[in-house]
Amino acid sequence: MNFTLHIWRQENARAKGHFETYPIDGISPDCSFLEMLDILNEHLINDRIAHPVCFDNDCREGICGMCGLYINGRPHGNDDGVTTCQLHMRKFRDGDEIWIEPWRAKPFPVIRDLIVDRSAFDKIIQAGGYISTTTGGVPDANMIPIPKHAADMAMDAASCIGCGACVAACKNASAMLFVGAKVSHLALLPQGRVEAADRVRKMVCKMDELGFGNCTNTYACEAECPKLIKRQNISRLNRQWIGALFGRDRRE
Amino acid sequence: MMIYPAIHYTMGGLWVDYELQTTIPGLFAAGEANFSDHGANRLGASALMQGLVDGYFVLPYTMQNYLADQIYVGKISADTREFDEAEKAVRSRINRLLGSQTSRLRFVADGTSANQSVDHFHKQLGKIMWEYCGMARNTESLTKAKQLVTELEDEFWENVYIPGTANEMNPELEKACRLEDYFELARLIIDDAMHREESCGGHFRTEHQTEDSETLRDDEHFMYVAAWEYHGHGQPETMEKEPLVYEHIQIANRNYK
Ligand code: SF4
Ligand code: FES
Repeated sequence: MNFTLHIWRQENARAKGHFETYPIDGISPDCSFLEMLDILNEHLINDRIAHPVCFDNDCREGICGMCGLYINGRPHGNDDGVTTCQLHMRKFRDGDEIWIEPWRAKPFPVIRDLIVDRSAFDKIIQAGGYISTTTGGVPDANMIPIPKHAADMAMDAASCIGCGACVAACKNASAMLFVGAKVSHLALLPQGRVEAADRVRKMVCKMDELGFGNCTNTYACEAECPKLIKRQNISRLNRQWIGALFGRDRRE
Repeated sequence: MMIYPAIHYTMGGLWVDYELQTTIPGLFAAGEANFSDHGANRLGASALMQGLVDGYFVLPYTMQNYLADQIYVGKISADTREFDEAEKAVRSRINRLLGSQTSRLRFVADGTSANQSVDHFHKQLGKIMWEYCGMARNTESLTKAKQLVTELEDEFWENVYIPGTANEMNPELEKACRLEDYFELARLIIDDAMHREESCGGHFRTEHQTEDSETLRDDEHFMYVAAWEYHGHGQPETMEKEPLVYEHIQIANRNYK
């Protein structure tokens, strides 16, 4: 398959970026999107055309959340429920023009080309996205009964990989889907319940402080999330937040 | 769907003590990163279990022992000889990698560039390991692997082309640094495979098999973990044997038939 790639090139956070066009041919339909970029880079290096295109990736199996790219105006491209690394070229048509951009959001500054700094997410987690209570020895399995639907909802929320597509998709650059998923995952289970009110306060304050916008109920995040995280997590986040404001469940 | 066997794990990992601490104080290795628990055969789900066991049952109780003393340790200054030495070593390694960049550019002009990307060498290394130190290996193939890896590493230093500089985000340079380690690791894996004159778990030496092609262990001579001690770049590693002693189970042969 042949493609014309328009790729965002930007030397560093302060430099002015621009699109650069690279034709590429002989790509197998079974090639993944990142493999195609590898092939392009090999060509850019071997023929001394340009500095290879920098892009983030790690696991290449949809579990680490490193690889987000804006492809033809959609975070993670035109396939639903998959990350960029799991997107295959067969999802495109031969001869397509493909526009590739980094995430665009103020809290995610570009480091180089397609790589953005997503450490803002780490800061939100550091603010409270964990369980700090020491509860003694590890309880035996099934000692604490957990309703099936709670376990299922927690599991669904826990599948968020922190990729940042929700922020990139949102016109307000809101991180509510991400924070909602993290807050829900912990608050739905007994171990996380103890600190739930405190946690939601800390994480939401951090999110605001870092410059993420607010949710105005468009749900572009839900539409683009590669892990199909549901918007109900945002509602739960709001409920938890309001509850915490009025001191419900507050334990310090 | 086509299915074929492939190498998934190297089975080994960093040596750790019972508290999962490596030989570097304060550096803990958990899950797949360490050598413990699963020995010569560690596939998919067992690696996952090890992650859970180490993270849930072991580390929360052992790491505290180390952290308890850390409360008295103040801020560590970077103005020490050790820091300077480490920095110098890293810089010289990077400079060596970027090395004769100017002489390389000469090649471009006459269009006869022999220089290759880091990925090129990485793939070659993978191919050597797959062909000669793969799931079935023997003295002959391992000797060949060792020789090929050494040759490839020489060629790497001679011909690798790394675009860009050290003072910018440079994933190619990063890959080259890793690949340099992989060469070292590849040689160690080959040495270890050569040393182990038996077939055990995921390690199949074709010289040691039963009549119907099952693995043949040699418990009399090889019932130990081989822990290799690192002595610095380019120095041969030395082996420490950690005997495997089973008190509650009787060891047997695994047979999939
Ligand atoms: S909620 Fe979805 S889009 Fe947002 S960070 Fe998590 S996985 Fe990525
Ligand atoms: S590279 Fe890990 S999710 Fe894509």
